[in-house]
Formats: sequence, C-alpha cells, structure tokens
Amino acid sequence: MPALADLEKAYAKARRDSKFRRDFRTYLREFAGRETPLYFAERLTAQLGGAKIYIKREDLCHTGAHKINNTLGQILLARKMGKKRIIAETGAGQHGVATAAVAALFGLKCEIFMGKEDTHRQSLNVSRMKLLGAKVREVDSGTCTLKDAMNEALRDWVTNVRSTYYLIGSVAGPHPYPLMVRDFQSVIGQEARRQILAKEGRLPHYLVACVGGGSNAMGLFYPFVKDRRVKMIGVEAAGWGLRSGHHSASILGGKVGILHGNKTYLLQERTGQISHAHSIAPGLDYPGVGPEPSYLYDCGRIAFVSATDTEAVSSMRTLSEVEGIIPALESAHAVAEVIRLAPRRPRKELIILNLSGRGDKDIDAVVKFLGDKL
Amino acid sequence: MNRIDAKFTELRKQGRSALVPFIEAGDPDLRTTLKILRALAQSGADLIELGIPFSDPMADGPTIQRASERALKKGASLASILKLVSEFRRYSDIPLILFGYYNPFFHYGVKRLTREAKAAGADGFLCVDLPPEEGRELKQWAKAGGLHMIYLLAPTSDAQRIRLVTREAGGFIYFVSVTGVTGSRRRFEPGLSNLVGKLRRRTSLPIGVGFGISTPRQAAWVASFADAVVVGSALINVMEKERRRDDKVKRAAAFIVSLKRAMNRVVKKSS
Repeated sequence: MPALADLEKAYAKARRDSKFRRDFRTYLREFAGRETPLYFAERLTAQLGGAKIYIKREDLCHTGAHKINNTLGQILLARKMGKKRIIAETGAGQHGVATAAVAALFGLKCEIFMGKEDTHRQSLNVSRMKLLGAKVREVDSGTCTLKDAMNEALRDWVTNVRSTYYLIGSVAGPHPYPLMVRDFQSVIGQEARRQILAKEGRLPHYLVACVGGGSNAMGLFYPFVKDRRVKMIGVEAAGWGLRSGHHSASILGGKVGILHGNKTYLLQERTGQISHAHSIAPGLDYPGVGPEPSYLYDCGRIAFVSATDTEAVSSMRTLSEVEGIIPALESAHAVAEVIRLAPRRPRKELIILNLSGRGDKDIDAVVKFLGDKL
Repeated sequence: MNRIDAKFTELRKQGRSALVPFIEAGDPDLRTTLKILRALAQSGADLIELGIPFSDPMADGPTIQRASERALKKGASLASILKLVSEFRRYSDIPLILFGYYNPFFHYGVKRLTREAKAAGADGFLCVDLPPEEGRELKQWAKAGGLHMIYLLAPTSDAQRIRLVTREAGGFIYFVSVTGVTGSRRRFEPGLSNLVGKLRRRTSLPIGVGFGISTPRQAAWVASFADAVVVGSALINVMEKERRRDDKVKRAAAFIVSLKRAMNRVVKKSS
C-alpha cells in the first residue's frame, strides 16, 4: 500500500511535468517508431463489401506490439523515482519483451515473471527477453499462466519494494496502474483520431479492439469516449465457446469480484475462487479485465462481443492473405469481429480496427492448431 | 466484551505476550482442522488465526499457498468453515480471527458473513487485500456484530497510513515484521523493536507482530517487545512433514508448546 501511494504521487507529479511529457513523446518517436500508420485496408474492405476499414498498425511498433508505449512511459517514471530494478508480469511475452527492451535502453536490471505454460507456448519471446538482458522467472504456482505471474510479481514487489519498480502491462491491477497505463496507451487513439480526420474529414462510426486486460482497447477508445456517436466494440476471447467453460471472456461470461486490488468482472466460481481462463491467445488468457472497460461496459459506452479460438485463427489467415499483414492471435479476435461487422454496415461508414500486435510469436501455435490444414 | 479484548486485558495484567498460531482451514481436511484447533488451544495458544483458503493468495509465500491449494482441493468453503467454527466453540473459548482475501467474503455477502461468523463464534476478520479505506462496508457490519477488523501495518507505512490504520482497527494492530509475503525468514526488518515502540506511542491497541517468525528463539525475542506473536508458515511446515493426520496434530501441539515455553521465559518490556 505505501508503495502504491508513492507511485500515485510520483505519477500525478510527472503528468503535470512538461519535461516528462516531452521525453515520453521523444522516446515514442525515436525508439518505438511512432506514429504508426492508420492504414486503409482496401482489399479487405472490397472483399467484405461494406463499411470502410482502417487498420491502426500498432504491430509496426518496435518490439511488435502496442505494449512498448506503456513501458516507455513507466520506465521514465521509474527513473524519476530512482528505482534500480524493474519487474513485470507477462502472458504472451509481448509486455515482457517491451519491458526488457526499455530496461536495456536505460541500463536497469530487469526480471520478468511468466507462467510456466506460457513460457512453453511463447518460447520465442522468452529468448527475446533473455537476449535483451532480462531474467525470466518461470512461475509454476496455481494455473501457471498470467494471473499467477501477476501474483508472483506482486509478491516480489512487496518484498523488494524499496529498490524495485513493478511495471504492470495492462489497465488492470491496483490504482494508479489502470489510470496510468490507459494514459500512456492513449497515444494510439490520439493519433488515430487525428489521422482519420485528416484522411476522411470525419470521425469513425466504429472502433474495434480485442480485450484481455484492455490496454490496447482503452488506448484506442479513451480519446473517443466523449464522441458519443463513435461506437466502441471490445472483443473478448471465447476460447472453445462461451458455454464451454474454456474461455477468457470476463465481461460476457464472468461476474463482479475483487482481484489484484481492483473491483471488476472476473471469471470465478460462486464461492469467489478465481477460475482458470483459456484462450489460444496467451495475451488474452487472464480471468479478469481492467476496471475501466468494466465500468464503460456497465454504462453502455462499450459493447462487448466475443470470438472463438477457431474464428481468431481463421481471421488471422484472412488478414494475412488479403492484406499481407500477419496479426497476433490477440488482435485476430478484433479482426474476426470486423469481418462480421463490416458487411452489415453501409459503405459510407468507417471502422477503425486496432491491430495491437504482429503474429510472428504465434506461428508455432497456429501451425499446431491447423495441422495439415495450413 | 469481544473475546480478543478480554484476552489482551488478561495478558496485559500478567505481563505476557499472546501466542497466535495461524492454520489454514480445511488443510488437510476440515475434520483434522478441528482436531488441530483443539490441540492448539490446549497447548498454549492465546488466540488463533484461521485462514480461509483462496485460489490467488498473493500476500502469502509458498507454504501457505500450498496449504490453501490443498484445502480448496478438499472442497473447503466459507460455509463449511463457519460450521467448523461453531463446532469448535463447543470445546473452546479461545479468540478466533478469520484471515482471508476479500473476494470469497464479497461473494458470500458481507452482511450474511458477519451475521453467521458472529453466530458461529468468530471474533474478528483480517482481510489482507482489503485496506481500511476500501473496507467500510465489511467494517460497518462487523462492528454491528461486535466483531473486530484487524489491519496490517508494514515497516514502510508512513505517518498518514499509521494514523488511518490506528483509527480504523479493532482488537490489535498486526505489524508485518518484514517487507514481503508470509513465510519463514532468518532476518527481520532492522530495528523492528524500535518500529514497534514507535507505533506504540500512536495507539493504545495491542500490537502483534507476524510474517516470518519460525523458531522458539525468534518468538521469544518478538515477545519481549510485542503484545502478540503470530506464527503461521512455520507451523504448517511442521505439520507438512508428517503424513498421518494424527501425527500432524501431535506435531502442531508440540511446536506450540516449544514456542510458548520460550516466550514464557522472557520479560516483556513495558507495554
């Protein structure tokens, strides 16, 4: 708790500090490679025959996903706070890689907690983190996935709180993390808003993003929250199907509860024990969702839908074949919804799809899933 | 009068510190838990913390995580644990604190929980992931039922935090001996006794110290400056080594006796 109070104070100060904001912008441009294009997916639009589809290319960010935006912001804060050691949890490994990269950039010690199951599924990212000089700690408690990695990172943090900065990767966890991560990711929506106005002279009708914890979705959505006419769709991972008991759809298939210091929708048993989540996309494989997407769902501002493992894989193929872009399995859930949505909407309408990451890390998993069908 | 208050008043008169063992309810099963509770009460425990198992015990080290997993696998739930508490009350009047994480409490319903916990004979709650500023609802119901809310303070807690916790807490203040999670330690926070001494000037509530205390020697040292000594993981470790349930109970009792004997030898600094 004292650590969270310190962090809250430090962030409140940094937020008002023009030098901090300038540094953040500089590193986003020079290190992460922003801004990312808002790309008109002409062939996909033509093939689906409905609304015009724009893709926000977060997959082109350095390290391959939107995760780098937040890690840059938080590492600058960690430096300001004088912390010498960085820890983080990771599911797909994208946040772990992004954290390892920024820790290397500033010469800070870095340890990444990753569920044992995920280290097998995402061995490429484990090697990337190690190459970047980070230590990867395999977590074999509980279900051996993201929530357990987060438990273990929290345990480490309370133990080494004086020297260590805990760099959370999603809009989840205790305050001020959900707020801070959303702010740092908002660069996605700020750019997208400016870009669509420049290209089309009007705001989009739909924003579509996948939601695990919700960081890429909140990043795109937040700058549009007050534009009441812009509809927002979050896509949760339905795994084997919402009724199968093997999914990660916390909002569509869960109930309100308290975990990791926040009150939100969770997958859980009636007794309040947290359930096992499942998704082919390890970045979505978490039994909770950030409190802000939960709130915006309760207010009716964000609509939630889901896509299954099979739909995600087939959408990954579609986007690869039609547009020459291989999306991450997480982002492929959003692609699946766009493929359903676009043909039902008139041609004059605009959809922005957040392509939160690239699919290189998932090739092995997809090959295994498809077998001979690839 | 709440049993916790009565116990500390009695101990204060005797100039003694309380020995507070922690066990996980339902580990290895609820029947054995009842036997362990009775053995603890008979072997010199002054209060007991009864852990409510949770799937994600993020404030606990590996020992209590394992105990929690075993208990959940055996199907322990809040409802069955409350039944156990009322059964235990037929044998003992020792103060009993329910120690857990908020989500199971929240789903049980805090009103129902406090009512049933009171009826079963519990005396207080310690909810590790519910800081006082978020815990008003539980506290309100607990207070109405005469149950105490016990809160944690850490070596890193600042003056503002100490003010809040001392204002909101009942029963005693639980001071965490190290930054970190539960589990045996060789070393404690440097200046632990001074930190407790400083805290004593801010509150009239008794101060308990826990996290990491694992040997009679450590227990005796902590008893020399704190009003209560909490021993959890070390007790569970001792029981884990035995395979037969009855041996677990015996080992637990013997361990408590050894802690108590060491604590009885120390002279407590002014409280």
